[in-house]
Order: sequence, then structure tokens, then C-alpha cells
Amino acid sequence: MCPGGKKMNLPQVVQYCFAGITVGSIYAIVAIGFNIIYNTTGIINFAQGEFLIVGAMTAISLNHFVPLPVAILLAVVITTLLGGLIELVFIRRAQNASVLHLIVITIGISILMREAMLHIWDEKVRSLPYFTGTGVSTITIFGAHISPQVLWVLGVSAVIVMGLTPFFRFTLTGRAMRACADDRMAARLCGINDKWMVTLSFMLSAGIGALAGCVISPVTQTQYDMGAPLAIKGFTVAILGGLGNSMAAVVAGLLLGLVETFVMSQFDVAYKEAVSIVILLLILVFRPSGLFGKHEITAMRAV
Amino acid sequence: MRKQLVKVTGILVLAIVIAISGIVKAADEPTIKVGAIFAVTGGASNLGAPEAKTAEMLVEKINKEGGVKGHKVELIVKDSGSKPENAISLAKQLIEEDKVLAIIGPSTSGETMAIKNICQEGNTILLSCAAAEDIVNPVASYVFKTPQKDSDAVRRIFQVMKAKGITKIGVITSNDGFGIAGGKQLAKLADLAGITIAISEAYDKQETDLTGILTKVKGKDVNAVVNWSIVPAQSMVAKNMKQIGLDVPLFQSHGYGNIKYVQQGGEAANGTIFPCGRLLIAELLPDSNPQKALLMGYKKDYESRYKEDASTFGGHAYDAILILVEGVKKADSIDRDKVRDAIENLKGLVGTAGIFNFSSSDHNGLGMDAFEIFTVKDGKFAIYK
Repeated sequence: MCPGGKKMNLPQVVQYCFAGITVGSIYAIVAIGFNIIYNTTGIINFAQGEFLIVGAMTAISLNHFVPLPVAILLAVVITTLLGGLIELVFIRRAQNASVLHLIVITIGISILMREAMLHIWDEKVRSLPYFTGTGVSTITIFGAHISPQVLWVLGVSAVIVMGLTPFFRFTLTGRAMRACADDRMAARLCGINDKWMVTLSFMLSAGIGALAGCVISPVTQTQYDMGAPLAIKGFTVAILGGLGNSMAAVVAGLLLGLVETFVMSQFDVAYKEAVSIVILLLILVFRPSGLFGKHEITAMRAV
Repeated sequence: MRKQLVKVTGILVLAIVIAISGIVKAADEPTIKVGAIFAVTGGASNLGAPEAKTAEMLVEKINKEGGVKGHKVELIVKDSGSKPENAISLAKQLIEEDKVLAIIGPSTSGETMAIKNICQEGNTILLSCAAAEDIVNPVASYVFKTPQKDSDAVRRIFQVMKAKGITKIGVITSNDGFGIAGGKQLAKLADLAGITIAISEAYDKQETDLTGILTKVKGKDVNAVVNWSIVPAQSMVAKNMKQIGLDVPLFQSHGYGNIKYVQQGGEAANGTIFPCGRLLIAELLPDSNPQKALLMGYKKDYESRYKEDASTFGGHAYDAILILVEGVKKADSIDRDKVRDAIENLKGLVGTAGIFNFSSSDHNGLGMDAFEIFTVKDGKFAIYK
């Protein structure tokens, strides 16, 4: 079953690493979006995957008329506004709903968005062009090859994390958002407009999701119903890293990608999924606050 | 007394009206109800969407021309979302509630295998648009299929490999009905063709990146890669191979016959080799080819109506309806069993996939000559030489 185990040479090992980084970077950038809404409301937004697809689809449509950077920028803006609108229409109305209720509502939103996208963009697979080079360009390191688009995914993830971490830690708005998740009533008593903080978190999360969707589109291709499977992986990674922690999500994403790829290199490909589920179960049992999370529940929300 | 008279007259009038409407209805031939289960959405939508469009277009045309032997055709299209479990409930609905004469589709092998027995037990004709040989082998008396056999596709691919001196290959398949069935045929026929399969792996049909699995293939020093799937991952294979520097020929299955897969693959798709029906290059065929007129006609109708390129998949739905119509004409009846018998005895019927010659042991009716070998040149399909 695993004859290649001992014979692997350096370029091969590096090539597996690159393959792991490629999928890992996709997991990571999807996972980041989960953390923002969680940081403000304590809910998991299961429509996060759909934000990615809306963003990518919008950019693909706009790219027929405007250059790629402008198309992506506009797509992010449009998706951000859509995120805000969705919060105003669905989440804000459910005023006294529990966290569980809200999570179920987000599942409903994801189904609604998926069907709406099917009507707007039909069922066809599309993708954005590669940002640099084409589908065949590669960068060669240590005799192994990697697509430049993967570097784009990693770079954009890094920029998002570097922007989010100080935002949640140092800015007044960021801290106010976290305060809402900690104790909504106390936050309100301190004069924080909690309702708008939640709206803001949906907007931010949708915008980042749209950006993620655009960056991964050349690699993964984009189809209206791809959101859910992407979101499941992203969710796994977010839990693995520790919910609410964007930096941890990126590290966990890359880690899961690498583990999956090396499992694949030694065993049948089918075991790959099993391994990621087993890892998730182990984490949930032994370290429910995630690999990088602190044990106290509240501390999980610290960035 | 007067009241009673009104009542009696009323009943009489009602009875007459019912009687007349009955007569009027009896004068009309009953409609032929045809069910269709297509993967209009979901992973196999590149198959199901053109199939549904083709079926609707063709039925409209048939009805405009007066129907089949005076019977109008009523087409009931259901979307399976590419899921076998949906196909099961839709098939039951079509058989038990709509009481259709026949079911066209489903689009994929997995869905077809899920409903093969349901149709057989429900005595309803099934004209599948999916490729796997398992659909008609073993033969179920009510089950037929229109695409060419996957075993023939494999044989054609191996012929090309032999000519190119390829002896050691890597196989990757999607883990759905089509991929699994194709993988089985490749494994079964490789020995006979003198080809070694150094590695055979299945990937998830929703896979978003294949560099990992292809790295594994690369480690085996193969002369060529065969990918067997119908999912969007098909276009990813070529790109990912180039990205990891796996510079060997890529062979795809006849599931690659939609130009959209090529467009998605970009310049990486150039050089891909695959077997497929002749629809893709209809204009390049000599006028003497018996299929040419039909292919050109279908292509023109489809492309002018839907403003997109025709694909072989739509052709499979075209053939399914064509076969059913011919069956009804030949049986001169809309009795399921009579139509079934008639279809089983159809010979020399020219369709989009090839020339059909059915028999009680062959419910596909196509031979290896139904395939042409294609390649991709400058983002377009071309005949492989």
C-alpha cells in the first residue's frame, strides 16, 4: 500500500509540501471569515461559504467589463453591502433568538443564497484568470513546482490576518465588537451600539469572504454550490485552530493541508478525509478550545 | 314539481355535456408521457443542463410537426441535482404518479444504477444518458442506454497508447459512478493491451485541487496519465499536471466532450487526448458520412436557440428521444411492452452517438467505431492524428 514511503527523495518531499500548502492555504483563507462573526456574536455563520462564491461570481461577471483588480474591488464592496443587508433582514429581526437559533438561521441563509446564485449565474463552472501568469506557470524551488496563485492566496491571507489582529486588539471598534460577544448586555451598558456592531461584523466577514473567494477562484474554479463543502473545511480548520483566532486559523489550515497530503502520499487517497475528521474529533474531545486556544472559554475570543 | 323538473333537466344537461366531452376526448389520441431525470444542477450540470435543453427543444419540434403517429408528447423534466438519492425518488414519482411510458436519463452512471431496478420492476422503459457499461451489462429488459460503452472508450485509448509506445500509466478517477466504472474497465482491459497501471487513485468529486494526488502519480514515473471523470475537476487535472511539472500525455474519458472543460483548462488543456462521439467535429466529416446531416441539424438548432456550443451530452438525450419515437412508430402503440419490444429490434438507427443496432443481448447498440479520437488544439477540439 505504501511502497513509496522510504524511497521519497527531496524534490518529492518538497512537492508534497507544496501540494499540502496549496490546499492548506485554501482552507485557511476560508476559515478566517468564520472568526469575525464569531468574535462579535458568538455564532458560527454557515453562509460563509456562500459569501465566497458570491464574491467570486460577481468578480467574474465584472471582469468582462473592467480590469481584474477593479472587478475584485467592486465584488468585495458589493458582497460587503450584501452581508450588511442580510444581517439587517434576517439576523436583526430575530432579536431574542438564542445562539443556536441564529446558527440555524445562517443555514437557511446559505440555502437561500445558493438558490439565488443558481438563478443569477446558472449552474456553469467559471473561474477568474490567474493573477500572475497562467494555469501552466510555475515557480520552481528545490526541484519542486508550485503555482504562483498559491503565493497569492498565502499573501492575501497574511495581509488579512495582519490587518485583523491589530483591528480587534487595538481599535475602539474592534474592541467594541469583541465586547459584544463577551457580554452583549454589559457592552450595551457601556454605550456600545451592539446592533450595529453585529451588522459591521457581517459586512466585514462577507467582504473578507468575497476576497478569499476571488483569490482561490483560479485554483478551485467557482460553481454556485461549492460554498458548503468549502465552508465545512474552513469550519474544521477554524475549530482546529481555536475559534476566533485568525492567525491560528491560518496555521491550522496549512497544518491540515500538509497532514492530509502526507497521509495521501502513504495511503489510498480516500483515507485523507477520514484523517481530517479524526483530527477534528480528537481536538473536540481533548482540546475543545483548539490547538492554539487557551482553556478558558472567554479567552478563546481574544485574538 | 317545477323544482324537480329543473333538477332533472339539469342532470340531463350535465350528463350530455360529460358525454360530449368524453367523445371529443376519445377522438384525440392520448398524449405520450415521457419522464426525464437530468442533473440540471450540481456536479454533473455540464451533462444535465444541455440534456434538458435538448430534450425540451426536440419534443417541441416533434409536437409542432404533429407528434408521433398523432400522439402529442408530454415531457416531464425533473432535476436530480446530480444526486443518486434524488434520482430514486424522482423515478418512483414518474413511474407511480405520472405513469410515464418511459424515462429519459439520468445523466450520470451513479444515478442510473440507483434506479435501474426500480424501472425494471416498474415495467417502465429507461433510456439512460450515462456511460457505464454496468447499466446494460447484465441486461435488464427495460433498461437501455444511448452513450457509447466505457469499455470501448478504454479500448480506443489503449490503441492510441500502443501506437505511441506508452506502456506504464497512472490512473485517477472521481469517486462517483462514472469514475468507479471507468476505473474498473481500465484495470480489466490493461493486461490484454500490454499496459501496466502503476498507480490507480480515486479523488472526491468535489475536490478543489489535485496537485497532491498527481504528485503521487509523478513519483511512479509513468508514461501517461488517464483521468476518468465528468466533474469540473477534469479541467483541473491538466493545469495541476503542468504546475507540478508532470510532462506526460494526458488522456481523458469520453466525459470530456464539452468545450467548457477545455475553456476552463485554459492553455494547459492543449494536447489532451480523448475518445468521443463525432458531434464535436461534425463540420469536418465528409458529406458521405451517414451521421453528418443529423449532427449538423442538431448542432444548428441547439446553437441558434441556446447561444452555446452543443455537447455530446445533449446528443445522448437527443438519441434517447429519437429511439423512443422510433420505437413508438414501429410498435404503432403506446403500450410499454410493445414499445420495449420494438426498441430492442431497432437496427441501423442513425443517432448523434453513432449508428444503433439493438438486440436482446445488446441494449446499447453501439460499437467501437462510434468513437473518434480527439485532441485539443489551440483551445478547440480537433481530430487526433
